[in-house]
Amino acid sequence: MIRRVGFILFLILVSLVPLCSSYYITLGSYIGLYSLVAVGLVLLTGVAGLTSFGQAAFMGVAAYTTAMLTVKFGWSPWLTLLIALALTMAIAFVLGAITLRMGGHYLPLATIAWGISLFFLFGTIPALGGSTGIADIPALQLFGMELRDEKVFYYLIWGVCLVALWISINLLDSREGRAIRALKGGVSMVEAFGASGHRLKNIVFIYSAFLACLAGWLYAHMMRFVNPSPFGLGQGIEFLFMIVIGGPFSVWGAITGATIITLMKTLLQGILPKLISQTGNFEIIVFGIMIVMVLQWMRGGVWSLVERLLPPKPNKPINESSTLAHRPQPARGEPLLKVDAVTKAYGGLLAVKKMSFELSAGEIVGLIGPNGAGKSTMFNLISGELPRTAGNIYFGSEKISGLRPPQIARRGLSRTFQHVRLIPGMTALENVMIGTYLRTHDGIFSAGLRLNRATEAQVRAEAARQMRRVGLEESMFIPAGNLSLGKQRIVEIARALCADPVLLLLDEPAAGLRYLEKQELARLLSDLRGEGLSVLIVEHDMDFLMNLVDRIVVMEFGEKLAEGLPGEIRSNPDVLEAYLGGV
Amino acid sequence: MDVSTILILAQDGLINGAIYVLLAVALILVFGVTRVVLIPQGEFVSYGALTLASLQLGVMPGTVWLLLILAGIVAAMETVRLVSSGAGRELPGALAITLVPPIAIAALAKMCASQHLALGWQVLLTMLIVIPLGPLVYRLAFRPLADASSLVLLIAAVAVHFVLVGLGLLFFGAEGVRTPPFSDAQLTFGTLTVSGQSLWVCATSFTFIALLAWFFSRTLYGKALRAVAFNRNGARLVGISPQLAGTFSFALAAAIGCLSGVLIGPITTVYYDSGFLIGLKGFVGAIVGGMASYPLAAFGSLMVGFLESYSSFWLSGYKDVMVFAAIIPILLWRSLSSVHYEEEE
Repeated sequence: MIRRVGFILFLILVSLVPLCSSYYITLGSYIGLYSLVAVGLVLLTGVAGLTSFGQAAFMGVAAYTTAMLTVKFGWSPWLTLLIALALTMAIAFVLGAITLRMGGHYLPLATIAWGISLFFLFGTIPALGGSTGIADIPALQLFGMELRDEKVFYYLIWGVCLVALWISINLLDSREGRAIRALKGGVSMVEAFGASGHRLKNIVFIYSAFLACLAGWLYAHMMRFVNPSPFGLGQGIEFLFMIVIGGPFSVWGAITGATIITLMKTLLQGILPKLISQTGNFEIIVFGIMIVMVLQWMRGGVWSLVERLLPPKPNKPINESSTLAHRPQPARGEPLLKVDAVTKAYGGLLAVKKMSFELSAGEIVGLIGPNGAGKSTMFNLISGELPRTAGNIYFGSEKISGLRPPQIARRGLSRTFQHVRLIPGMTALENVMIGTYLRTHDGIFSAGLRLNRATEAQVRAEAARQMRRVGLEESMFIPAGNLSLGKQRIVEIARALCADPVLLLLDEPAAGLRYLEKQELARLLSDLRGEGLSVLIVEHDMDFLMNLVDRIVVMEFGEKLAEGLPGEIRSNPDVLEAYLGGV
Repeated sequence: MDVSTILILAQDGLINGAIYVLLAVALILVFGVTRVVLIPQGEFVSYGALTLASLQLGVMPGTVWLLLILAGIVAAMETVRLVSSGAGRELPGALAITLVPPIAIAALAKMCASQHLALGWQVLLTMLIVIPLGPLVYRLAFRPLADASSLVLLIAAVAVHFVLVGLGLLFFGAEGVRTPPFSDAQLTFGTLTVSGQSLWVCATSFTFIALLAWFFSRTLYGKALRAVAFNRNGARLVGISPQLAGTFSFALAAAIGCLSGVLIGPITTVYYDSGFLIGLKGFVGAIVGGMASYPLAAFGSLMVGFLESYSSFWLSGYKDVMVFAAIIPILLWRSLSSVHYEEEE
């Protein structure tokens, strides 16, 4: 309720600005344009954990494209909008394709370099008018009406900005959006559920460039004049400052930050030169100090203070049942997983040496061994997270070694992580919903335009079903980061179950669990086996495994030491030697 | 284009390249030790040249005030920290370490500013004033963020760059300066004339690089710094303080920046914001080395120098465009030539 009232007050405030003097209308238009860019940057920086200093340069590409084509060739601004969008997104695609596969600092450095080159190009290419720029850009025409009036243009800008805001919020609350929100914790989790981290990063970067392009095009037709100075690196950095001050984790932070920085800049440019009796853009000193302080003490920005005052968002209703398709499970006893002489070498060190074992459908197999035996390496070789050095792994009759994790996930393997990989700020239910990534197919367009509601309801119902199945119904709407470690591990299992797997891979699921929690986990796993699911567990807790699993494979020093029924393993002298150092 | 033009351009490229090598080495060191992408590196270059120019005019350089202000803030922060954690006994010692050297340097600058010392002494005084700015900036902006993600550190670095550029304008004004050359000699080899200053630049730069190479490969502290860059937690476990290493790497970065500024002061006019582009060209070199390999970065930086000087001949308006656009093929090459698997956090 309070949220709704706040939103309506915000809309009223935005729509009342044109009643003020022309000075404030211009200021309001700037805030709208900058918000548009900042929203894209929030998705890129605050949500996906990437960043760009080149958003002003993207604006520049759009502004110069439309200026050139409308002034020199007389093309319609609506046509040049399409051309500018295509050009900007192509540039973003190339920059992203080159840098996003490498470490996190390469994209920002590349955007700094490209922002500077572009700024110099705008200033030196004679056809672009050098530092004087291009004047007499035609006004936009809509339904035969020329948009020359600043009030009308103000509403146009804010209309576009609010639509972008709506699309961005929808996008974040969707199948692709949940995967994007998971990127900050590293790509391996989303890849284990079938998403391509590289593709998602590229999508976010292109989307942020798209919004910057819209802003640049609007800017050119608002000012009806372009020159290089508003598209320099300094402006690109200021956009980043806006979201840091406003709050990088929410799209509302973008609007907050754009407003604060724009107003402060106007204010400081009036005050500081008088104070210092010298001209120059001294506001950058104040902004810089502010940013460092915000980063040290208030990383959620100003919006996080507002968010704290607001009541929590209402939980969405959950349907009784879902109709998401299930894959056929293989018949009990069919060979499912075959590890054949797999070796993993790190230089001269053999972490896994010629390991071979098999697992049949409907079976729970435990992979045990002392610390450093190579269990987790073996696990990551099966899930595809590490490439093997030699040997093969088969799933059913198909070879899966050499495939990347998303391709392996597609074939019905689903995993948990030794170090829990949930997104702390998302509710447990939303985390579990990520598991259905491969079972639904809504793309970013249907998400942005909210055409995905029916599928979303299905996904929510399925996730809730899995939460009930693992006995965590009451924790569904709690942020995952607030749950105990034991519950977080169970949420990971629910997420893995949401992928409708054939084989469940569990990496030390009992680590850090209390005795009763371990008993519950064992009961859950044997229930799952009862339903026909196959499970491979890496674990060191012998007691936990003994009464649960069908067979045990023991590893030591990267090699298979023994294999057999739990009772046999318990009395195997080699295993006792490895665990207890001889009897 | 005849042979003598080629040689003159090569000479220009080598001189600029030598500076970029120095800067690239500092960037890689700071990045390795603290994970900070040191965007403000270039400001130490401007500060070096501008401080020297002030001393030559017999004026108290603005950087002295900056030094005192930063030291004052650090002292205040240390006081709050020590008093609130109940370690008030350590306060006099901490304050002495923080305040005495800057005040001594400021007093020295005050005494010497009007004395018109020999160039060598002025350079030394300039270094004394600018070098402590590095550790102070680290203490104020980056040390409290030591556990933050590298993205946060990068944004903080850009913010510090803004602050230092703004302060440069405040303390030195918008006027550019050109300091007198270290040597007026002109040596002639056939058709090529080599100025004494360019020999100075190359000799100093390469001596300094040799010193750094010796420091990192032969001394215990140099090896410890490399250990921190390689594995911060591991280094901490064997008793190397990451904070001390961070402080030292920032001091070294400030020293290298200041030295570069002093060296290029006579060759080009330096403004309060000139350092930024110079520093970024060092970055292009560092990226060739993947922000990790010193030899590759040195090679890349020299290439940047040559690319810049030859493109200024053919396409004078586009030399900066050429240098920064070169980063795209460089990144493409790095992206294709390396395999990336994510490390477990």
